[in-house]
Amino acid sequence: MTSLPPTPPRKLGLVIDLDICVGCHACAVACKQWNDIGAHGPLNDIDAYGAQPDGAWLNRVHSYDACTPAGDELTVHFPRSCLHCDNAACVTVCPTGASFKRAEDGIVLVDADICIGCNLCAWACPYGAREIDPVEHTMRKCTLCVDRIDNPALPEAERQPACVSACPTRARHFGDLADPDSAVSKLVRERDGQDLMPELGYQPTNKYLPPRRRRNKAGDTGAGAQLDGHGFDPAAATPLQRWADRLLSR
Amino acid sequence: MHPAVSVIVFTVLSGIGYGLVFWLSLLVAAGQAARSPALVLTALAISLVLVSAGLLASTLHLGRPERAWRAFSQWRSSWLSREGVVAVASYLPMLGLGAVTLVGGARAWQQGLALASAVLAVLTVFCTARIYTSLKPIAAWHNRWVLPGYLAMAAAAGGTWLWAIGVLGFTLPAHRGDVLILAVLLLLAGAVKLGYWRHIDRPAPRVDAASALGLPPGSTVQPFEAPHTQANFLLKEMGFALARKHGQRLRRLSLVLMVALPVAVLALAALSPALRTLAAALAPPAVLAGLLVERWLFFAQARHTVMVYYDTQPA
Repeated sequence: MTSLPPTPPRKLGLVIDLDICVGCHACAVACKQWNDIGAHGPLNDIDAYGAQPDGAWLNRVHSYDACTPAGDELTVHFPRSCLHCDNAACVTVCPTGASFKRAEDGIVLVDADICIGCNLCAWACPYGAREIDPVEHTMRKCTLCVDRIDNPALPEAERQPACVSACPTRARHFGDLADPDSAVSKLVRERDGQDLMPELGYQPTNKYLPPRRRRNKAGDTGAGAQLDGHGFDPAAATPLQRWADRLLSR
Repeated sequence: MHPAVSVIVFTVLSGIGYGLVFWLSLLVAAGQAARSPALVLTALAISLVLVSAGLLASTLHLGRPERAWRAFSQWRSSWLSREGVVAVASYLPMLGLGAVTLVGGARAWQQGLALASAVLAVLTVFCTARIYTSLKPIAAWHNRWVLPGYLAMAAAAGGTWLWAIGVLGFTLPAHRGDVLILAVLLLLAGAVKLGYWRHIDRPAPRVDAASALGLPPGSTVQPFEAPHTQANFLLKEMGFALARKHGQRLRRLSLVLMVALPVAVLALAALSPALRTLAAALAPPAVLAGLLVERWLFFAQARHTVMVYYDTQPA
């Protein structure tokens, strides 16, 4: 059923910290590795070791040079994947019912056994979260590793998406964004977590934590007294320094 | 967006086919069919061929065409599903109209089936257009010009084809009234298309890179390193960009083929009945070719929002 469920009681998703992502692509590799044999169809390749390799994978890490209006110049590494939107147009446009949003936790999934590969869901996604499998010709997307997070055979600590487990800088956090007391919700509040393209109204579940203010100037590093300027503040100086200043200023 | 031949052929052929059925059905419903059942059957057969060829072409766009039947299930939410349901449903009154006309059945039945055919023809083209207008990430499709464009082009093209079938197959005279109505339809389609192009060329607030990355509004962003070294599905499917120079030339070409040339030969046919056969032979293929160019542009000049992530230009 491709109508969207009522607001799910839990909203499982990711919070991605753009301040500390170093663009190592470990999340992309871990995603491909786990989901290549995943429950929602393999992520196939064509000519994987040839001159024109092609294939489906679901975590694309872009890197940018950016400058904020506040004057911070940044290198931003940006992992792009499915945001498991509340208002998921990829689900409602699906003609077959293959694309659906789970009522219990809001995870958006594709049933590859029903998908006809019409591409319409990929067209409906502004975030480029969906890719067609080049061998099976059905749609692939982030499953939030439902076969890990739901898997009682795994130790508790491993029941999180492969990308989250693999991230060496802990830039990726997994949790319930509907629960205001969850660690991810607190992170979003503390760090002013952002929706991507909010003007389109997709209401993504995943949030991105913007880079912190840069410490570009010497004064920002806490070493202000030593490095900042060449002025002399008589109010902060000792009487001996004031006498020396007067003497040298003649 | 990648201009897939299958989808271009589908929307163009089924548009002409349903336009043809629409006008034919109106004639039948108005009681004009008694004059020539053969014309009704011929035009109906041609429209069924066009519509069926279009629908078959559309299944070629699917990765798994053998599962196409599943697309009839989600009509509650999906315009693509609705389009499939209405398109298949339209066969019933169309085939019924053909059968009743063939056996010379009751006129009330004929007119009722004709009305149903006309309604379903309009609904199908409506649903086809709504597939595109419902896609927010593609600003060139998600606007108020697309739906009238699809309807106007189907009406103009279908009308032209019906008129030509009458003239060529049944040596009907080129009534000045018919020709005038056709010319108005063609000019209207051209006007809507011009309005559409003006709309999509106008600078408008679009999603910029700062919004796409969740950075403070007004941040400037440049790509520093791409996420992959080879093309992927997204770039192949949505990264198609057309040089502006070609775009303008192709727009003019489509208007000449779709509007100017048919209107010119129709005017000739109205002035000199001797030229009506020539006009009827030229107008339908010209309209078809013009529509193919127009539909190619409809895809090729549409920019998908995801491209912001690749080139950081607003989309």
